[in-house]
Amino acid sequence: MTNLFKKDFPILGDDRYIYFDNAATSQRPRQVTEAVRRFNDETNSNPLRGLYQWSVEATDRYEAARHRVAGFIGAKHDEEIIFTRNSTESLNLIAYSWALDNLTEGDRIVITVLEHHSDILPWQMVSKKTGAVLDYIECDEKGGISDGEIEKKIVPGTKLVCCMEVSNVLGCRLPVEKITSRAHNVGAVTVVDAAQSVPHRPVNVRALGADFLVFSGHKLMAPMGIGVLYAKLSLLENMTPFLRGGEMIESVTRYGAVWAPLPQRFEAGTVNAAGAVGLAAAIDYLEDIGFDTVREREEKLVSLLLDGIRSVPHAEFYGSDDPKDHGGIAAFNIKGCHPHDVASILDTENICIRAGHHCAQPLHDHLGLQSTARASVYFYNDESEAERFIEALKKVRGWLGYGD
Amino acid sequence: MEIKDIYREIVNEHNLHPSHRGEMENPTKVMAGVNPSCGDKLTLQFRINDDGIIEDAMYTGSGCAVSQASCDMMLDLVIGKTTGEAERLANIFTRMIKGEASPEELEELEESEALEDIAHMPARVKCAVLGWHTMEKLVDGD
Repeated sequence: MTNLFKKDFPILGDDRYIYFDNAATSQRPRQVTEAVRRFNDETNSNPLRGLYQWSVEATDRYEAARHRVAGFIGAKHDEEIIFTRNSTESLNLIAYSWALDNLTEGDRIVITVLEHHSDILPWQMVSKKTGAVLDYIECDEKGGISDGEIEKKIVPGTKLVCCMEVSNVLGCRLPVEKITSRAHNVGAVTVVDAAQSVPHRPVNVRALGADFLVFSGHKLMAPMGIGVLYAKLSLLENMTPFLRGGEMIESVTRYGAVWAPLPQRFEAGTVNAAGAVGLAAAIDYLEDIGFDTVREREEKLVSLLLDGIRSVPHAEFYGSDDPKDHGGIAAFNIKGCHPHDVASILDTENICIRAGHHCAQPLHDHLGLQSTARASVYFYNDESEAERFIEALKKVRGWLGYGD
Repeated sequence: MEIKDIYREIVNEHNLHPSHRGEMENPTKVMAGVNPSCGDKLTLQFRINDDGIIEDAMYTGSGCAVSQASCDMMLDLVIGKTTGEAERLANIFTRMIKGEASPEELEELEESEALEDIAHMPARVKCAVLGWHTMEKLVDGD
């Protein structure tokens, strides 16, 4: 597996570190940092309000980024793209600006047990404030969700259905289309958390049946602090603002205000324009490489990781046996070794992995796991790294005092 | 010390062969602690007599080797001492992790002193202090 990509990533350049925590955040190529630098060095100024050339140019670059994102996920209108800080903020925006106004006592909110905490806690809040009932679609031990479970949980009276597209722990893809189709049949609004899918596979809001869709820029090589909320225009037009302040108004009087049109109504305060420009550059970079290449490399690497973990005594991985259904993620445990200790030992070998509950405690409880270690790859990782990782893994029990 | 040396020289022994792990009959005080960053849980059970002396102590729960070993060493140290003394030692341990304890104070921690270098490993500090902070809550008000 030749690696033509590392030259684009200064942080990976000297091969000292093996970065296998891509599900947490990805690395940034020069093309992205350069786009951010150009924004700052050539045209930095406050977008949207300026009457001089720099601000006009800053506005243009910011709005071009919005257009790029809309095209990337198949949104019909640029106004359907709201820039936020990250997926978490996007989900909270939906909770505060849509759910609190549209749900009442007895309505059902249905989510899956695989969700990330960011797609659980806002709905717990909405449930407590409105009296709506929060219910979970359960999964089997490999993360699979049955048709029967979808039909059993998404029943008339369900007003909101939220699911992630790809699990950040097991890496499996959820049956999003089945879930959103069933949701629409009973008249519910759908939220798709695409944080873990957008970096790895083509995402189209219409094909997914997403009324709302969220993702974070930093997982697909954009800077931290820029995220996206996609919302159908028909929903956005009837939603109240999330944050109030500058840039989101048409006019303000002492005791009232008229909101700005979309999308500015949901982007209060000075925006992260450089971040949005970085996100657009990241999308360009990713589409240049192509999702076919991304998938091919990730499947090959995950296949090596899963085979490797199988070969390590006392180790087991979680999720599907098929490397194609792992989203670049291998969650695992080594018997007798707490994941934090595994991560600490691997750190001394300059290997970066995640350990803990990965912000998915309900899923860990459901699977009967206290915590897991997680190696997650991206297209810029390669076979030699996977091999070094497995070699290090074989030594972990020894370092923790076991004789075998 | 590097983390591998900390494991080899001190942590592994207490983690694999703990002296105080298990359920206690008739504890007088029980306290649970949790490490929010990883969800590790620890429950301390103390039997404290009328004179305020910790006659025996045990712990249960799941956690990484560092948190388990740190707790085991802590109980080695405080059993037979008063709750006031345990509180004072916990204070020294917390300051050791912040790099603020004097060499004389470190000696009082006996084996637990070996965790001094955890102070330079921010990712593992919470593991090392979990048992100590739980004990501080347990003896608080005694």
